[in-house]
Amino acid sequence: MQNILSRAGVALAGEAAGLNRRRFLQASAAFGGGLMIGWVEAANAEPGSAPVVDFAPNGFLRIDRDGKVTVISPSIEMGQGTYTALPMLVAEELDVPMEMVSYGIAPPNDKLYGNPAVGGGQITGGSTSVRGFYKPMREAGAAARQMLLEAAAKKLNVNTTELKTEAGQVIHAKSGQRIGYGALVDDAAKQSVPEHVAIKEPSQFQIIGKPTRRIDASGKVNGTAKFGIDAQVPGMKIAQVSAAPVFGGTLASVDEAAALAVPGVRQVVKLDNAVAVIADHYWAARQGLEAAAPKFNDGPNASVSTSDVVAALAKAAERDGAVAKAEGDAAAALAGAAQKLDSVYENPFLAHATMEPINCTVEVTEGGCDIWVGTQIPTIAQKVVAKALGLDESKVRIHNHLLGGGFGRRLEFDFILQAALIAKQSKDPVKVVWSREEDIQHDMYRPYYYDRIAAGLDADGKLVAWKHRIVGSSIMSRFFPEAMKNGVDPDAVDGAIELPYDIPNFYVDYVREEPQGIPTAFWRGVGPTRNAFVIESFIDELALAAKKDPLQFRLELTAKNSRARHVLERAAALSGWGEPLPPRHGRGIALLYAFGTYLAQVAEVSVGDNGEVRVNRVCAVVDCGQVVNPDTVEAQLQSGIIFGLSAALWGEITLKNGRVEQSNFDNYRVVRMDEAPKIAVEIVKSGEAPGGIGEPGTSVVMPAVLNAVHAATGVRLRRLPVDVGALRSA
Amino acid sequence: MIDLTVNGAKVSVAAPDDMPLLWVIRDLLGMTGTKFGCGIGQCGACTVHIDGEAQRACLTPVSEAVGRAVTTIEGIGETPVGKAVQKAWLDLDVVQCGYCQSGQIMSAAALIKATPEPTDSDIDQGMSGNICRCGTYVRIREAIKEAAKVATAEK
Repeated sequence: MQNILSRAGVALAGEAAGLNRRRFLQASAAFGGGLMIGWVEAANAEPGSAPVVDFAPNGFLRIDRDGKVTVISPSIEMGQGTYTALPMLVAEELDVPMEMVSYGIAPPNDKLYGNPAVGGGQITGGSTSVRGFYKPMREAGAAARQMLLEAAAKKLNVNTTELKTEAGQVIHAKSGQRIGYGALVDDAAKQSVPEHVAIKEPSQFQIIGKPTRRIDASGKVNGTAKFGIDAQVPGMKIAQVSAAPVFGGTLASVDEAAALAVPGVRQVVKLDNAVAVIADHYWAARQGLEAAAPKFNDGPNASVSTSDVVAALAKAAERDGAVAKAEGDAAAALAGAAQKLDSVYENPFLAHATMEPINCTVEVTEGGCDIWVGTQIPTIAQKVVAKALGLDESKVRIHNHLLGGGFGRRLEFDFILQAALIAKQSKDPVKVVWSREEDIQHDMYRPYYYDRIAAGLDADGKLVAWKHRIVGSSIMSRFFPEAMKNGVDPDAVDGAIELPYDIPNFYVDYVREEPQGIPTAFWRGVGPTRNAFVIESFIDELALAAKKDPLQFRLELTAKNSRARHVLERAAALSGWGEPLPPRHGRGIALLYAFGTYLAQVAEVSVGDNGEVRVNRVCAVVDCGQVVNPDTVEAQLQSGIIFGLSAALWGEITLKNGRVEQSNFDNYRVVRMDEAPKIAVEIVKSGEAPGGIGEPGTSVVMPAVLNAVHAATGVRLRRLPVDVGALRSA
Repeated sequence: MIDLTVNGAKVSVAAPDDMPLLWVIRDLLGMTGTKFGCGIGQCGACTVHIDGEAQRACLTPVSEAVGRAVTTIEGIGETPVGKAVQKAWLDLDVVQCGYCQSGQIMSAAALIKATPEPTDSDIDQGMSGNICRCGTYVRIREAIKEAAKVATAEK
């Protein structure tokens, strides 16, 4: 039984919680013995008042009687290394070696596991895990350490000031006695939670900032790691789904008898817009679905093509938008500029194409609903399913798994809801697995954006005016409408209004225009990725118009921004900027300030006579503030660069007759081993607040590559992906 | 019934002849280390060894595996090369999301077995059938060289 020995709750610094809430540290005995420390958030509690909190059976931290430490990670692991970084924060303050630390996956609970950096929801996205939990995780570790110290002091009958901690032990130097944490946890759980807990100064760090091996790696190299698609539930069947090929379409008819005639097929389930064939295994379900030959009503989007969407965006770009930022008088400065540039940039629709195809396993019983899935939004999924099935939220149990890639796709609940609706009609627990074709053609896509951007240079080539109009879908209006400000979608303009450059007379506005017939969603790098391509390509155009070297032009614009200047200078040095290259080779530079991180990249490309672009090398220099795990920072830059490269070179989802034309990796091309560039990463030593690292690499590589293409060929491409035809040598 | 040898163990499954080996392994044998990625042999996530050669299980009818030795990620660590590859993967911390890595390791092990000292171009050729959306290619390349060194030294 769970034996609650202590329910003391003490108010601690509430600055971690961005909302009008305060967090309370709570300690208790763990299930089966041991110490648990967790944070409980009490809404609108007055400072100093005794909080009323529920016992939380899952905190951030658990220490067992054998001394093993389990960190329950509020953020989900999707490759970004959060299951290593967050435990490192706890281990640092707790003084335990990482070998003694493992991770646990948090159940859905916004109050316990909400991330202050994303509005308090239990959401993993936006490169916020370390940024949001840097302090709370450390404080949980430090509080546990303090309670262990107090337990040891009582046991040894000494003052806590005579004690120190090291490698999972409390040490009394005078007597030479050492007690392992495991032997102290039962007593520690009886101690009151410290009112104030000191955390270490960076100079005392022994784990934070040191390259640390991932603690989730072994299962991922021996096949034992469990992703959502690997869930196995007794009696489970497998379903294959076909949804209406045109978004907004509905199911018209299905040959149920033909499907059921396939050996192994058990059931055909019809939804408004899809059909599912449930069978003993994937292969039977697949064949059953083909036999079912579903027919659909295409609905109002039956004739939509990408060109219709682009035409609507271009027209919308003529409207004045909601003002995102206005400094000085951009219109007057533009009118008076010695030289004016005016360009249109376009970012295409993109699919996420996570390696793990979309899947979700659901069992609906009288006792509620169990869901086995990998999701970035466990609490949202819980709410949505509870509502759809008419259940109390507590009856919807989400068993979150490792994600075989997220990139924003698993910030959506569409497939979880679909699986729940199928399972509701199913006789058995059912694992819904989308084919890759279903996955690509029923994604929710990175939106097409259409940007008009203009700037003015004075007679000396100095940038004096900037006017940027951003036109496209507002994901935030759907995902988190509270974040909308005066018609401005903060994601749409992220990376466009806080530039690392010093520009007088600066104006950015946003025009919301939803594309017809295609759902939109966040995609790795979110707003800054779309904006970085536009802004950094255009900065290059301006540099050339000013007859300045693109590096030099950026250095002049960052004269007052030492972090930005430094990453630019280092990236240039690392890449051999300015050194001669063979014909049709070029280097391009780009800079980003977003996610709290400064990142500069230089890409070196060669362009074949056939127009094919090969990226030979990318040099990245990052200042992401205080680094938790430098090995992860390097890995995430390598990762972000490759991910962005796929998009820059080939990534494009197009519509024809309302249908997505791409379907699998043969026509939605992504970078492979033989196409991957060499990547050099340099991390700036910094004591600034931690910045995000999962996404910036993706954002910067696109303009770096396109600027390099221009350097190699003289052709300025203002629409992604690369237009090979425009680059063929005459 | 179809009789198979998987990781040295003899198993019998009730499956149609044309059922891809991938689904026999995952859905009938319940071994989930081998992954589904694309179903058309484009991504390599489902790579297994049949008689020591890398094959895409999503395109291999189970009948083709009869009478031959099937090795999956769960068994590759029993071979000297497979063990060296897995160790190099850990030493260089190759994995990120990890979903494609079973297939990457199976392809890498087959590559090193056939080409004990692979050059960069051997690695390009041997590994370009395996997609990694996390972009771990830089470390995969290094890890293959490391594993090849260890495997060769142990011979």
